[in-house]
Amino acid sequence: MSVAWAFDAILAGTVLGVAAWIVVARETFAAVAGFIAYGLLLALVWVRLAAPDVALTEAAIGGGVTGVLLLGAAARLRGGATVPDVWPAAPLRLVAGALCTVIAAALAAVVLLLPEPAPTLAPQAAAALPATGLGNPVTGVLMAYRALDTLLEKVVLVLALIGVWSLAQDASWGGVPGPQGRAARAPDALVFLARLLPPVGIVVAVYLLWLGADEPGGAFQGGALLAAMWILMMMAGLAASPAVSDRRLRLALVVGPAVFLAIGLAGFFSAGAFLAYPEPWAKPLIVLVEAAKIVSVAAALALLVAGPPQRSPR
Amino acid sequence: MILDLFSLLAIAAGGFFFLAGTVGLLRFPDPLTRLHALTKADNLGLGLVVLGLLPRVDWPQGGLKLIVVWLLVLLTGATVGQLVARVAQRPGPRP
Amino acid sequence: MSQLFGLAAAALVGLGLYGLIVHPEPLRKILAFNLLGSGVFVLFGVIARRGAVVGTGADPVPQAIVITAIIVAFAASALAIGLLLRLRQTTGDAAPPTGDGPP
Repeated sequence: MSVAWAFDAILAGTVLGVAAWIVVARETFAAVAGFIAYGLLLALVWVRLAAPDVALTEAAIGGGVTGVLLLGAAARLRGGATVPDVWPAAPLRLVAGALCTVIAAALAAVVLLLPEPAPTLAPQAAAALPATGLGNPVTGVLMAYRALDTLLEKVVLVLALIGVWSLAQDASWGGVPGPQGRAARAPDALVFLARLLPPVGIVVAVYLLWLGADEPGGAFQGGALLAAMWILMMMAGLAASPAVSDRRLRLALVVGPAVFLAIGLAGFFSAGAFLAYPEPWAKPLIVLVEAAKIVSVAAALALLVAGPPQRSPR
Repeated sequence: MILDLFSLLAIAAGGFFFLAGTVGLLRFPDPLTRLHALTKADNLGLGLVVLGLLPRVDWPQGGLKLIVVWLLVLLTGATVGQLVARVAQRPGPRP
Repeated sequence: MSQLFGLAAAALVGLGLYGLIVHPEPLRKILAFNLLGSGVFVLFGVIARRGAVVGTGADPVPQAIVITAIIVAFAASALAIGLLLRLRQTTGDAAPPTGDGPP
């Protein structure tokens, strides 16, 4: 029983408490506010689990960008439902609760019966890291060992965006995201923040990108920060969201996966396998891929929050 | 040794301000008064915690980063306080 | 010590699943789905932490998988919310039609 253990226990208890609040809160808005707090607490859990990269990603994307998305949806869906919500009857809820308890207990049993000593790939990951020129093993896994996952994930982001864009009405196909006739001026405080924060945000995002090679950080976290800055500017009315048929926007979205795919295909000739890097060029190639990636990730995240086009293109 | 004591006192004082802010959030009757309590906790509490952590990190990288974090929280906290107060002052049903 | 977070992760999965099944409102279902997903991610994190050897804090492979998963979960949530808002726009109501009969 040490201070660290007590801190972990309190943290886990608080996380569970907030999670229970999210499930049982009556007002959807309160549940979404609880979800944002939950995301930040979960980032603390990640730090305690020695995963600072994941903590950064959770705080930026899990708590931040998802929170903005859910808050916007909660505000737009508030009231106006024509059919009242019907909860399942009490016996059904009891059965569902019992089944969920069984599943949770089974997972808890798995956690308590995990094999000892734990199987791990950490030694192999650390041993092969100097060949890539990176210092951060998580970046090594993302960009070198499991580069295929990262490439496909970027494609998933673009696919999700295409899915969201295809939800537009016919009249606003290829148009501008954002509700019709939004002429209300944003409050001055928000405009002030949107003028002051983005330069700082851009510097910190590029710093996170550059740092990701050797310390916790990387393109995803930096991209989430850039997306947040753009969303802030859109909310304050300082930057109009471009029409989704805009050439440069689509180029920005595609440049990340395209560069990665090109370097991957070039790996056939230069290093003998798809997505293999020739050894002396590994670090510069990885930096190039990450630089293209941050642009695509930022554009995709911001546009996913902006939603389907609702105003026709000019 | 004396730096450790300084850190302990500063972080404890920061924690006290956070506690006071939470009590204010729970006990004050009105959104505006609750905002008042929260922003004091944010600015002063976090400032004291950062002050207490400064002797423990290497200067300038760590220390300057901590101070920038505090300044950013000040900025965003003030803006959010303004925005929430503006909504709270609007007549009509609460969101 | 990481077992504590593992047990918390199991409880999160149970809570999220219950919220997903029981809540009639789709936005709450999406919230509960995110809760369920984050419980699974914490489970991965616990496994990563247990894979720590001397010199590294944790096994980096599950952590990288979780980073990928967080972003994919966000993309899925964004698409689900887009569908939800469009459904509300076209039908004026954001809940599936309630009918009589077995669920």
